[in-house]
Amino acid sequence: MTRIVADLDRCVGAGQCVLTDPDAFDQSDDDGTVVVLRDTPADDDAVKRAQVAVDICPSRALSLTE
Amino acid sequence: MTAPALQTTRRCPYAPPDEHTRIRDTDSGITQVTLPSGQVAWALSRLEHIRAMLTDPRFSSDRQNPNFPRFTREQPNFGLMRPSIIQLDPPEHGPARKAVVGEFTVRRMAGLRPRIQQIVDEHIDAMLAGPRPADLVQALSLPVPSLVICEQLGVPYRDHDFFQARSSALLSRAVTNEGRQQAAKELRDYLKDLIAEKAADPTDDLLGRQLTQGNDPEDVLSLAFLLLIAGHETTANMISLGVVTLLERPDELAALRKDPERTLPAIEELLRVYTIAEFANSRVAVEDVEIGGVTIRAGDPVLALSNAANHDPSAFDEAEEIKLDRGARHHIAFGFGIHQCLGQNLARMELQIVFDTLVRRIPTLRLTTPADSLRYKDDAFIYGIHEVPVTWDDPA
Ligand code: HEM
Ligand code: SF4
Repeated sequence: MTRIVADLDRCVGAGQCVLTDPDAFDQSDDDGTVVVLRDTPADDDAVKRAQVAVDICPSRALSLTE
Repeated sequence: MTAPALQTTRRCPYAPPDEHTRIRDTDSGITQVTLPSGQVAWALSRLEHIRAMLTDPRFSSDRQNPNFPRFTREQPNFGLMRPSIIQLDPPEHGPARKAVVGEFTVRRMAGLRPRIQQIVDEHIDAMLAGPRPADLVQALSLPVPSLVICEQLGVPYRDHDFFQARSSALLSRAVTNEGRQQAAKELRDYLKDLIAEKAADPTDDLLGRQLTQGNDPEDVLSLAFLLLIAGHETTANMISLGVVTLLERPDELAALRKDPERTLPAIEELLRVYTIAEFANSRVAVEDVEIGGVTIRAGDPVLALSNAANHDPSAFDEAEEIKLDRGARHHIAFGFGIHQCLGQNLARMELQIVFDTLVRRIPTLRLTTPADSLRYKDDAFIYGIHEVPVTWDDPA
């Protein structure tokens, strides 16, 4: 199953992932870094959104594993 | 062979200079150009190459490095202040950015929405009550982002004439180095006094919180300077340019009025086609790096032709076309990599509220001169328009 992995050391809090899928991503109030709300996309659309999030994350902090 | 001088005049507001397009469409997409500073720099023009550079730690953002690409012989700011986040490389950049980025999360920005809506409404009220035609730049584009960033930082808006003048001097290629140095110094002194006051008597605003969280006042000063400049004219110019594009497309305007869901994708497309901070993604190499088959040596300046990259046909279908419903968000108008714009979600929200409110409240809004006769800012580091004369009908 596809799983979203976030590297908090890389994340720069740009929030692009939250704009891409607010159901899957949020940001910490302290340092703006990503909080993965749902790491296993529920359907194909959610997988697609996760792929977009991985592609546009500016700091390459997100990845998908099988 | 000497490298040709860099061209900076756009073919049209929506298209990069022809020279940049030509560079992009050569085999490598990479060439050397001579900058106004006399430096010979590599020019990158493809989205893929610029994204690669911006995520590669072998390129530095250190604007004090003498080999950092410059448009003037000297850089103002030298020695005036500590470097701010936009100039820091890892490992210093991460902690400095994390100390402030919590103030700019998507959720924090959503919390500002009611206040920004109120500011926009008040400025539209004032414009509607005033003479026609009105200049949208003075009535809305400049004051809204300015007031928002002032309130957020805790900088008195009554002083905005003072720092607006200094900030546009700093961003103009037409102002001499001495003039820009002077503007930087005056703005620094102003902010230094303000921060000293806040240190003595803490306030609940971004700058006040930075101080109470124990950040060094010298670092807070550099941050304040950066945010005030970065948060000011950028959004203002996007408001002006975006309104002009929308007013030129009545069908799109009608579609936006019916369906506000179209506004955010339209904003991404406007950011892409205008790429107002087109050279902001430039860097200096600190190690040898190969990009696109070209070896860039340690110490080489590298200029990012971000506007050409945002019109790169290998990255965007029909890249020359403006498609407000394109929905492509992989442009680099806000940069890429660890320095990607800190204020992007503030900028998006301001643009969204301004566009939505204008189309809703003034359906008859129109330009009084054709868009192609407006004065565009071909002489500024941030692209924009000097005036946008508009008029409207009395409400029926
Ligand atoms: C439409 C409006 C805007 C555009 C097009 C824009 C563009 C950019 C770009 C291209 C960068 C990357 C620079 C680099 O890589 O060296 C950047 C960085 C930055 N922007 Fe913006 N910006 C906008 C609005 C704002 C606003 C409203 C703020 C603040 C409130 C802001 C604050 C910053 C800061 C602090 C950085 C540096 C971040 C870092 O180095 O980590 N910007 N912006
Ligand atoms: S898009 Fe990337 S850098 Fe931005 S908040 Fe999400 S994970 Fe972090």
